[in-house]
Amino acid sequence: MIEQLKEHVNADAGLVRRGRFLSTNFLLEIGSTQWLINIVEGRVSSVTRGPFVMPSWSFALRAPQEEWARFWEADPRPGSHDLMALIKRRVLKAEGNLQVFMANLRYFKESLAKLRAGVAA
Amino acid sequence: MSASFEPIVGRYMNLQLLGRPHRLYVEEAGQGVPLLCLHTAGSDGRQYRALMNHKDITARHRVIAFDMPWHGKSSPPSGWHDEEYQLTSQQYTTMILEVMQALELDKPIVMGCSIGGRIVLHLALEHPERFRAIIGLQAGAHVDPYYDLNFLHRSDVHGGEVCGAIVSGLVGPDAPDKERWETLWHYMQGGPGVFKGDLYFYKLDGDIRGRVAQIDTTRCPLFLLSGEYDYSCTPEETLAVAGSIPGCEVTIMKGLGHFPMSEDPQAFLTHLLPVLEKIGRS
Repeated sequence: MIEQLKEHVNADAGLVRRGRFLSTNFLLEIGSTQWLINIVEGRVSSVTRGPFVMPSWSFALRAPQEEWARFWEADPRPGSHDLMALIKRRVLKAEGNLQVFMANLRYFKESLAKLRAGVAA
Repeated sequence: MSASFEPIVGRYMNLQLLGRPHRLYVEEAGQGVPLLCLHTAGSDGRQYRALMNHKDITARHRVIAFDMPWHGKSSPPSGWHDEEYQLTSQQYTTMILEVMQALELDKPIVMGCSIGGRIVLHLALEHPERFRAIIGLQAGAHVDPYYDLNFLHRSDVHGGEVCGAIVSGLVGPDAPDKERWETLWHYMQGGPGVFKGDLYFYKLDGDIRGRVAQIDTTRCPLFLLSGEYDYSCTPEETLAVAGSIPGCEVTIMKGLGHFPMSEDPQAFLTHLLPVLEKIGRS
């Protein structure tokens, strides 16, 4: 499912345009599974599943599997519907160079919401 | 489509505020009982555009919204370029009372959202005799910071983009796109550091947890309405405030978020109109 991020993000011309000055590598942790997601000028260039020996990333987003599952429901419940809501509830840990995350917050919110059930590419 | 004007009239008011000359933008519509509306942190009076265009409200109320200094079309005071803007409880309370006096408002209903919802709790506690009724939207006694506020004002993060993105999830999921993005646009237009300066009141200075239970609703009726999807001021936090104040009436608005009057006016009006009718009967 996470691999679909590449197809879904890259098919959204508006999202790619808004991310055109963004190139980075970030870590997405879903329970015990890690993913490295590489973005080049707003396009997702690769989605790689861990485990990793020496991963390099600008920032990491870590949450339990069940929290991500609720976030990716088609109609998420209050408190599970937005990355900042997860951070407010202290279930999503954002760490690393968060300037990259915050300077492109709309991009990351909308990209990760692409994995929601029923959201078309 | 032929052009048409809305019934809203906007004017600039010059007044002495907090010991300095200020130029404030004030909008109003309707006639009757004054309904003074306070916008959220980092936004402006446009959040009340739908109320000022709604005949059921303007037929019996003079709806007034002013942009706080530094916000919307109000200017920051002269000398702002060398200052850091930080809103305090004392300044906010004084500003509201001085604007009321300047507009010669006699016992208005005051309605505020978010920081406005917090300051009306301060008003309910300290100045209940000045108001006919008090309505707090998304009102809680305190919010713990849940992100580094410095990101709202630093040179390597676009202020408008980050302010809009920070609050985007506070809009309820069923809000019409037009109103959702209008609401976020207001955030994207805020001046550098203004949202952050408002949050100084919201997250630090304006904590009223220790005193909120002293509010006496026999001196002024208090109504709290909060949206279900608000994770900044959660329904639980509003219910906790309401539970500690005898006589306080509370409504949790299903499907709505942190900006009910702006993000989904039609849904909000189904909750607000009964409250205004009740105030009108009393």
